Amino acid sequence: MSIAVAIDRVEKRFASLQALAGVSLQIAEGEFFGLLGPNGAGKTTLISCLAGLARPDAGSLTVMGHDVVGDYRAARRLLGVVPQELVFDPFFSVRETLRIQSGYFGIRRNDDWIDEILANLDLTSKADTNMRRLSGGMKRRVLVAQALVHKPPVIVLDEPTAGVDVELRQGLWQFVRRLNRDGHTVILTTHYLEEAEALCGRIAMLKQGRVVALDSTSNLLARFAGQTLSVRLAAPAALPPMLRARATENDGTWIFHLAGLHEIEPLLATLREAGCHIDDLRLTQTDLEDVFLGVMTSDRAA
Amino acid sequence: MLGFRTLLYKEVLRFWKVSFQTVAAPVLTAMLYLMIFSHVLEAHVQVHGVPYAAFLIPGLVMMSALQNAFANSSSSLIQSKVTGSVVFVLLPPISYGEFFLAYVVAAMLRGVMVGAGVLLVTSWFALPQMQSPLWVLTFIVLGGGIMGALGTVAGIWADKFDQLAGFQNFLVMPLTMLSGVFYSIHSLPDFWQQISHFNPVFYMIDGFRFGFFGVSDVAPETSLAVVGTSFALVSAATLLLLRSGYKLRS
Ligand SMILES: Nc1ncnc2c1ncn2[C@@H]1O[C@H](COP(=O)(O)OP(=O)(O)OP(=O)(O)O)[C@@H](O)[C@H]1O
Ligand SMILES: [Mg+2]
Repeated sequence: MSIAVAIDRVEKRFASLQALAGVSLQIAEGEFFGLLGPNGAGKTTLISCLAGLARPDAGSLTVMGHDVVGDYRAARRLLGVVPQELVFDPFFSVRETLRIQSGYFGIRRNDDWIDEILANLDLTSKADTNMRRLSGGMKRRVLVAQALVHKPPVIVLDEPTAGVDVELRQGLWQFVRRLNRDGHTVILTTHYLEEAEALCGRIAMLKQGRVVALDSTSNLLARFAGQTLSVRLAAPAALPPMLRARATENDGTWIFHLAGLHEIEPLLATLREAGCHIDDLRLTQTDLEDVFLGVMTSDRAA
Repeated sequence: MLGFRTLLYKEVLRFWKVSFQTVAAPVLTAMLYLMIFSHVLEAHVQVHGVPYAAFLIPGLVMMSALQNAFANSSSSLIQSKVTGSVVFVLLPPISYGEFFLAYVVAAMLRGVMVGAGVLLVTSWFALPQMQSPLWVLTFIVLGGGIMGALGTVAGIWADKFDQLAGFQNFLVMPLTMLSGVFYSIHSLPDFWQQISHFNPVFYMIDGFRFGFFGVSDVAPETSLAVVGTSFALVSAATLLLLRSGYKLRS
């Protein structure tokens, strides 16, 4: 497998803020890669460095072996970026926008591919509508379309589903999955963790400009394998002190991470002995959200 | 090359789609200037042996062309920066040289279109004969290029529309208004004549006017040298700025 994107010890500072503190990642061709992290972790900054929108203070980045600074023309031709911000050029219609974007990438007659993108993103009926007259979700779809006009082997989607309705989100993922199956490398950032869990083969978690977890999605899930027990107690009762240490509270509900189902019985016994009455109780399988919270609070290194 | 051509096409389309504001409005403004000034002064003044209205027209043409060339690149850039759509031209493999050419040539074209429009409507009042179209074209193209490049710099530098308005009101307007559009600088007191010689816009207008009447305040070759050098300097500065990524690539 050859490397689609190589990021080597990249640092980026904005005044006193260290947005990226030495990030290294290698993403293989054909991967569906997730880049996760809380607000301000540095995901967009990393993508900007990759796209040449920002210049790293140190380190290097390549796209399919082409340095994004030294060989920027080749690197940019191989990269399609869906920016996080909902931006558009109000002077043009959807089709004009896509034709112009094709021209920027040196592609002359691109209407067949443009029509295909429009159909896949459910925009065909809006092709001749001015950008100003589109809803927010439609504008975001056009952003996705713009990133794809030159059939880039590497596609970067910075929160492409923010503000997009359920139906289209499904459609978008079907389309992106198909592109991935056809060999396109996909890098995705999202705050919808179930989305990342379902789509990404491998995930990097970023926190304060550092990679704090990097593994296949299945390994990450296995690392935090187990169940979560959520318990809501009837009004006056307080959680017994001996349980408090291992519980986290969320809006009146106590959450216990279990290593296995055998832990349930003793836990309930303790509650009963303390005279607590249970209002509500739920058992769930660990998902990426638990992994994410676990990694972000424990700061466990990759 | 297609990248440059597409960016140029987009920049031209951008102003052409709102040509009522970007072309028709400045033509109307210039016509009003001509009506008022020529009405007030026609009976009294001849400049270089030319009736005042005829003298005024080339100056108005050039002034409108210059101001609109500046407005085109600067407003396009600040708009796309403020709305964020500037990423669409930063993500593709377009070199800074292509970027420069596209914005400057589009500005030039708008300048020439506005200039031609002003000439067309004002010719109804007084048709200035054009003795040497080559001088006329050379000066309007170089002048438009200088202003297009300056507008590019201003559009990149400014973060807000009022900063751009400051640039326009305190630099572009005074330079163009005080460049001999409305008078021959020989009619000025000595001190102001000297000052005018440091204003590159004066040479643009003077050389441009020479193309019409075959007379001017300074020799057209001198004007061409000054304007050509200014164009080279402003272009070099703009290219350096673009290459550095200043305010465009953080
Ligand atoms: N142009 C800039 N100037 C100054 N600081 C910036 C700039 N861009 C980003 N930052 C800062 O860098 C840090 C990382 O920002 P970044 O946008 O990369 O986060 P993110 O992981 O994409 O977050 P989100 O999930 O909210 O999109 C933040 O603290 C942000 O305030
Ligand atoms: Mg972001």
